[in-house]
Amino acid sequence: MKHRAYLDHAATTPMLPAARSRWLQVSEFVGNPSSLHTAGRSVRQVVEEARESIAADLGSRPSAIIFTSGGTESDNLAVKGLFWQRQPRLETPARVLASSIEHHAVLDPVEWLASHEGAKVEWLGVDAQGRVSLDQVAEALRTGDVALCTVMWANNEVGTIEPVRRIAELCREAGVPFHTDAVQAVGQVPVNVAEVGAHAVTISSHKIGGPFGVGALILDPALTLTPILHGGGQERDIRSGTFDAAAIASFAVAVHHAVIEQPAHAAHVRELRDRLVSAILESVPGAILNGPAPASGVSPASGVSPASGASAASGASPATGEGPDADLRLPGNAHFSFPGCEGDALLMLLDAAGIDCSTGSACTAGIPEPSHVLLAMGVDEPTARASLRFSLGRSTTQDDVEAVVRALPAAVERAARAGKLTARARS
Amino acid sequence: MKVIAAMSGGVDSAVAAARVIDAGHEVVGVHLALSRKSHADTAGSRGCCTLDDARDARRVADMLKIPFYVWDFSERFAADVIEDFVSEYEQGRTPNPCLRCNEKIKFSAVLDRALAMDFDAVATGHYARIERGSGGAELHRAVDSDKDQSYVLGVLRADQLEHAIFPLGDDLKPAVRTEAEERGLLVARKPDSHDICFIPDGDTAGFLEGRLGRLPGEIVDVTTGAVLAEHNGTFAFTIGQRRGLRVSNPAADGAPRYVVDIDITTRQVTVGPPELLDIRGIEGIRPIWAGEPLGETPVPVTAQVRAHGNPVPARAWVQGERLIVDLGEPIRGLARGQAVVLYDGTRVLGSATVDATSRDATTRDPSSLASPPREFANSAVSGSE
Repeated sequence: MKHRAYLDHAATTPMLPAARSRWLQVSEFVGNPSSLHTAGRSVRQVVEEARESIAADLGSRPSAIIFTSGGTESDNLAVKGLFWQRQPRLETPARVLASSIEHHAVLDPVEWLASHEGAKVEWLGVDAQGRVSLDQVAEALRTGDVALCTVMWANNEVGTIEPVRRIAELCREAGVPFHTDAVQAVGQVPVNVAEVGAHAVTISSHKIGGPFGVGALILDPALTLTPILHGGGQERDIRSGTFDAAAIASFAVAVHHAVIEQPAHAAHVRELRDRLVSAILESVPGAILNGPAPASGVSPASGVSPASGASAASGASPATGEGPDADLRLPGNAHFSFPGCEGDALLMLLDAAGIDCSTGSACTAGIPEPSHVLLAMGVDEPTARASLRFSLGRSTTQDDVEAVVRALPAAVERAARAGKLTARARS
Repeated sequence: MKVIAAMSGGVDSAVAAARVIDAGHEVVGVHLALSRKSHADTAGSRGCCTLDDARDARRVADMLKIPFYVWDFSERFAADVIEDFVSEYEQGRTPNPCLRCNEKIKFSAVLDRALAMDFDAVATGHYARIERGSGGAELHRAVDSDKDQSYVLGVLRADQLEHAIFPLGDDLKPAVRTEAEERGLLVARKPDSHDICFIPDGDTAGFLEGRLGRLPGEIVDVTTGAVLAEHNGTFAFTIGQRRGLRVSNPAADGAPRYVVDIDITTRQVTVGPPELLDIRGIEGIRPIWAGEPLGETPVPVTAQVRAHGNPVPARAWVQGERLIVDLGEPIRGLARGQAVVLYDGTRVLGSATVDATSRDATTRDPSSLASPPREFANSAVSGSE
């Protein structure tokens, strides 16, 4: 099989050999971690060591880690669970503050709360770079009826890093629980839960080289929430269900690697990403880089206005995009629009040329919708449909980048021809 | 060649894709998403755009080891096929959405997109044959006369046929199923789909009432003029229809009554004896030619007015922008909006949409049609599909 360039690491990334061997090792252990006998206790020990390891790596406490089936469950648990917990104590209707660029695992539970539980949603808008405005958050927190606020640490489509430390601060001052989805942030930027001060943080295993089907919600031990799954009472009664000890142990290995290797990893993907961005802007006429300009000096495309949200930030933190020289973009993310093309046509043509990439976030039905993230950033619908995401990871090489640069101009030309037909049909 | 295999999730398109691969082409499988509505209410139906079908198509592509994508043509399908279907019924005509889909979606939107992306052809599981004649690609009837789908492909122009591949046209359906079994394709025993894909429960009248609302009117006897019953909308009727009229008192002679006329302005549905349904002359609009257009001189052809209707000998010619067909023997029941497809032997010459019909054979002199007889212009003596 000819060389394939896998540039969809934000969707999932290859499993780390160390994580795989840990997974295989623990899969041979006998015993339910909740059983009281020796066999059970020995597997429980594996789970607890994993919990301690993850807590230490991410600046949290073991008692804060609630293992789940992954990012989607953690997001649902945080959003619905905190709302249900808080709602009875608030004036109705209780409000939910959520950024308009959240992953569907947050977006959809929030919309569900609005349609089924009487929640009043206040969507936090973003600027042209995808940054939430701190002024708007502060304004929205002014009244006392907010059940929770949720803003992702870094966006999965355009890679924008949000000012989560400042938002957490504002929420703490207002006494409102703050949840952040850090699925894309871990391994790419420093993630320290204590330093940021978020009440609830979603993390996922398979995005950082661990197995599928496991993740965690890191929930401030001082808080509780209403569970979604009821049963055996595991995880502080917040998340019932037998522990998947092998997956949890392997997940902990992946988190550890992601954290200790983060600076080197970020430097590696940033260098390749910058090369990719410059080469595409140079070789594909009309290409637009969506999201923040990489801080390392790649010039942004026309149409991208400077950040306005960042100006309100105080202090410098590379983790949350604060400070004058802050990088507001995940180092492994490159996201473009190729006006006149359809993203899914481009994806298919690049696929045939040996390149795996994405139109945004993976969509189960395979039916492309214009990205709600780009629309929230003020991108018009045709341009939003014309987008493509390349996300780089540990295994990405210079050859992968060159393969894209070689294949893209012809693919864009063909997709533009196909796009003309659609434009004509729509008009 | 680089070929897009349109994969519905059924057995025919699966075997068609497999055969194009065997022929040495570079094949990419594409499933067309034609509906965006939740699939929950279509589960178990046998339309062509259910979740099961999309999954089956994907699994067949996996087995054939070809790339597979879902192409979203739901907007185009809604505008060009469903809206057209509703408005045709609203105007008292009886459209065939499968022809419309072939004309506007499969061999237009899909083919155009494929060509723009440097593919050379689109292959489907239709039962029809493409032959290379001196003038280019010709469309012919399938060998399997029971399954022959050349009628629903009669809306394709020569330039579209140049890029169409129908790998199943030389075989009988049972052989195709056997081949699917032999190839281990999981759809080998899947039942054929028959319904209109966007009306999976088969309740066309209910679907149209949902779209157009109740438009009540009277059902009238053609001979006595008596009002026999009320109805909820002319769209629920088609010329030649006998069932579901809900006319309580029988005709004087006890003979069954059929819908013989539909008037959308008065919302009157007229019923009468079957003799009134026999038509000998057809005037068609929007002619589409699979090759050379017919001229103004009548030529002998075979005419077919429904997907599996009997072809009848006829003479046909063009007058202005209209196609005139003079049938050698009567056809019973033909509705405006249906397509008449013309053949020369097995070869499809072209098609037109029925705009008017006549109970009398048209005069052999084309010039006399310049001012058509009143009955020809108005009557919608037509038939059911």
